[in-house]
Amino acid sequence: MDSVRDLMPIMLVIGFFQIFVLQQPLDNVAALLSGAFFVILGLTFFIYGLEMGLFPIGESMAHAFARKGSVFWLLAFSFALGFGTTVAEPALIAVADEAAKVAARAGHIDNHAEAIDNYATGLRFTVALSVGVAIVIGVLRILKNWSIHYMIMTGYILVIVMTGVAPDEIIGIAYDSGGVTTSTITVPLVTALGIGLASSISGRNPMLDGFGLIAFASLLPIIFVLGYGMII
Amino acid sequence: MDFIYVLGDKLASTLFDVVPIAGIIFGFQFFVIRKPVANLKKVLTGMLYVLVGISFFLLGLEQALFPVGRMMASQLTDPVFLETVRITTGVLHWQDYYWVYVFAFTIGASTTIAEPSLIAVAIKANEVSGGAIGVWGLRVAVAIGVAVGISLGAYRIVTGVPIHYFIIAGYVIVVIQTFFSPKAIVPLAYDSGGVTTSTVTVPLVAALGLGLAETVPGRSALIDGFGLIAFASLFPMMSVMAYAQISVWLSKRNHRRER
Repeated sequence: MDSVRDLMPIMLVIGFFQIFVLQQPLDNVAALLSGAFFVILGLTFFIYGLEMGLFPIGESMAHAFARKGSVFWLLAFSFALGFGTTVAEPALIAVADEAAKVAARAGHIDNHAEAIDNYATGLRFTVALSVGVAIVIGVLRILKNWSIHYMIMTGYILVIVMTGVAPDEIIGIAYDSGGVTTSTITVPLVTALGIGLASSISGRNPMLDGFGLIAFASLLPIIFVLGYGMII
Repeated sequence: MDFIYVLGDKLASTLFDVVPIAGIIFGFQFFVIRKPVANLKKVLTGMLYVLVGISFFLLGLEQALFPVGRMMASQLTDPVFLETVRITTGVLHWQDYYWVYVFAFTIGASTTIAEPSLIAVAIKANEVSGGAIGVWGLRVAVAIGVAVGISLGAYRIVTGVPIHYFIIAGYVIVVIQTFFSPKAIVPLAYDSGGVTTSTVTVPLVAALGLGLAETVPGRSALIDGFGLIAFASLFPMMSVMAYAQISVWLSKRNHRRER
């Protein structure tokens, strides 16, 4: 039961703080224990399914695209995967709604429901678009063997320059949006896609070239959201 | 039964997340690749397991960990509690929030260990590196990065230092480390920034950030509550590269000794 070990640290932290720092009894010990049991059960199933379903399908599609040799379709697939998995991401929807409220309070947009809604939707699509573009760039990098260092550094420089220009309220949200885009299902799929591609193109090393797609997917949203804040 | 209803609800919402992804995968598979999926039955069963796994996982988190975590975050940032553990006099100083930093560190590390997407990436990295990168080594390195990041983020909210100073300084460190790290670890290190913050970490960390921003005088929950996730995605890059640098350094030292 590896999952028990995975969950142990959280239980220890919560137990320690409750008993020694806050010194308050835990109500609902039964709910806590059954919840922990579900988490363990869920993790076990997830990891099992990962090796059985998500990794193989991601890699086999990467191989199939590499054999087919159509760069266009590969890129179309990459974009669709990035955009499609992000646009409905619950964490992103929550952050976009919060961000719209911030913008309304700061007076950037009208403080009524419709304007806030439009802003939130616009933000969501901006982030989804950026993740789609990011996966495309990342896949192109694997195909063309570009150096990831310089690409990421260029991205950092862009972020720093844009931070100086963008309105203050958007900065925290923009930085956070890089982290919320990559969900539990997207990460294994995208990782398998990258590694599958790198291992089926000759002259690529899966370790050097297969990773890095997630990095683009966490950097580009920052740039796009800062840009969104500057335009709106 | 209430529980069945909630589980069904979780299943439905996870399904809702999975449907577009499945649509894209099978759409491309049938219309572009035009070949049957190898081991279709196995793949579908695997996806079903993933679906059930995530549903149970979320159900458990929402039933047990999130309420407790949120409650603790609000209790630890409560001025009444801070008054009882403070170490300075007069107005509250940033040092008085020490339990908050300890909590941020430990909860950041422990939730990262349980983060499913990180487990996925660690399994792959172990496989691809031929075992050179340990599943646990990577997970612990990332967990330390998240822990440091979130504690620093909490400190930032308390003191009100603008977030971009930290982020820019962080970028500079990442760039410098990039030049000194073993080449093979760099893409993985960059990736580990993005994978750390999903199902488990984000809700707990957001609760902590919001709790702090609401109770520290002069902070706005809407503006200062954000940013912790950014810290949690920046620092793992450093810790993973540091992990690689340290292991290379150690093996070099051992090598020298053997000679």
